[in-house]
Amino acid sequence: MAVIAEPVTAQLKRSSLWSRAFESRNFLGAMFMVPAIAILILFLAYPLALGFWLGMTDTKIGGVGRYIGFANFVSLSKDSVFWLSVFNTIFYTVFASIVKFAIGLYLALLLNERLPFKSMVRAIVLLPFVVPTVLSAIAFWWIYDSQFSIISWVLIKAGLLTNYIDFLGDPWNARWSVVLANIWRGVPFVAITLLAGLQTISPSLYEAANLDGATNMQRFRHITLPMLSPIIAVVMTFSVLMTFTDFQLIYTITRGGPINATHLMATLSFQRAITGGNLGEGAAISNAMIPFLVAAILLSFFGLQRSRWQQGGRD
Amino acid sequence: MTTVDDQSVGMDYLESFPKKFLRVYLPLGLIIFFLLFPFYWMAVTTFKPDAEMYDYEKYNPFLIAHPTLEHIKKLFFDTDYPLWMWNTVIVSVSSTFISLFASVCAAYAIERLRYTGSRYVGLAIFLGYLVPPSILFIPLAAIVFQLGLFDGNLALILTYPTFLIPFCTWLLMGYFRTIPYELEECALIDGATRLQILVKITLPLSLPGVISAGIFAFTLSWNEFIYALTFISSSENKTIPVGAITELVNGDVYHWGALMAAALTGSVPVVILYSFFVEYYVSAMTGAVKE
Repeated sequence: MAVIAEPVTAQLKRSSLWSRAFESRNFLGAMFMVPAIAILILFLAYPLALGFWLGMTDTKIGGVGRYIGFANFVSLSKDSVFWLSVFNTIFYTVFASIVKFAIGLYLALLLNERLPFKSMVRAIVLLPFVVPTVLSAIAFWWIYDSQFSIISWVLIKAGLLTNYIDFLGDPWNARWSVVLANIWRGVPFVAITLLAGLQTISPSLYEAANLDGATNMQRFRHITLPMLSPIIAVVMTFSVLMTFTDFQLIYTITRGGPINATHLMATLSFQRAITGGNLGEGAAISNAMIPFLVAAILLSFFGLQRSRWQQGGRD
Repeated sequence: MTTVDDQSVGMDYLESFPKKFLRVYLPLGLIIFFLLFPFYWMAVTTFKPDAEMYDYEKYNPFLIAHPTLEHIKKLFFDTDYPLWMWNTVIVSVSSTFISLFASVCAAYAIERLRYTGSRYVGLAIFLGYLVPPSILFIPLAAIVFQLGLFDGNLALILTYPTFLIPFCTWLLMGYFRTIPYELEECALIDGATRLQILVKITLPLSLPGVISAGIFAFTLSWNEFIYALTFISSSENKTIPVGAITELVNGDVYHWGALMAAALTGSVPVVILYSFFVEYYVSAMTGAVKE
């Protein structure tokens, strides 16, 4: 008896240590988090910090950089191309976001109607969002071709124009052209997400409003909009973030041209860092985007808090 | 989670057809036309011979007089396109599986194990989704180079999860929340381990969520551009979007037919995938939005 008792208790002790560890939620939780946290720290948090650091160095591709403090930002503040890219980025974001929101909300309301082939229509509407951005941007590049643009051809045939439009050769034409392509790509995301939001609004609210004799406009203004506002805030934050940091559309359609007229901060930072080899300067340009992004996030966050508070909810 | 099929309320059925046509069908039709036209134009250009493509006088540009497969043939046999397709598939599938595995574990831990501080970790992971690739690509390029991963699929497979994991985790957390906690308690009392509960109860019940997270991850990585453009240099290692942009344009000569063929054939796989799962997608959004 005594001979076998020893190992059994040792085994029991060991297994209880293990099983106790595996019953501890904290230990188990930590274990489950390892894969996600490892990847996110190595390829997200660390690069983010490294990016801050690189922005304060004069690192070139293939070389080791020196710490130069805010010298990159000082030289950027005197760089007219940088300021042009800031202007373009804001122009692009403001116009594209507003129109995406307007068309997206309208489309969501239309899709929420009683429709034949409802799910097919939804699938079709999602297409521009699903198809890789660069590939659809190539299609826009071809649509905007200076000699073979189908838009110009139609307008000429309709007698509205006499000459082909130089969509991508003229600075303002090019700016509006990329805004249009961005709207085309972004509308489905806004529409489908808002549609999902619309479907969570209880029909009984509308029935009650109907009984009280509310018009369509009143129902929209006093039921739909307030009920939808948290989702609107989330969708528009995402939409603004994605538009502000857009790279693919511009790189594909104009590469920042003509004469830097469509350069966004993201494309300019790519050009300086990768094509031009000045990693430090490029990193400084992308770091300059961060304050705008933080502002957009905070704005929508506090907007949500405020609307919740107004509706009498807790924080 | 359920999509309510008919939300129209009250006495909508009394509305006459012409009125509804003007109010709903006409604007909807116009928007759909706007959304679909670039695809139509892509397809028309793909199957149109060069002679017609550059002659708007003799041929109506909207139609194809002599359809041809010449552009697709050129794309598949005279360029590295099949290799790009293969790379894109490998990279998308691998990074999707890595992200799903990491996200399922993380979402389960945050939502079900509720360890100390899980709320904050969950929030931190979600904030990771708001960090855009166009801020990360420069330092990531430096890291990829240091790790010796430059110009290989592995560089993309390891970096794509940074934007996939936050999204998938967030989506799966919402899904796990919809599964009654009592089911897990019963299993715990019956002596099942946490791992068994995850694999045998939680995962099967949240399969629609896992599938929609997977589709999302797959299309996001199929769509990714800036990392692939920065980390890959040789033609045979490129993905479809990068290959199309950098290799099909020779100086000032644009091979529009081949470019459109690449755009069309590069889009088809994701479109097919989505069309099967679009209802999952909308219901996943609805589920996430309801929170």
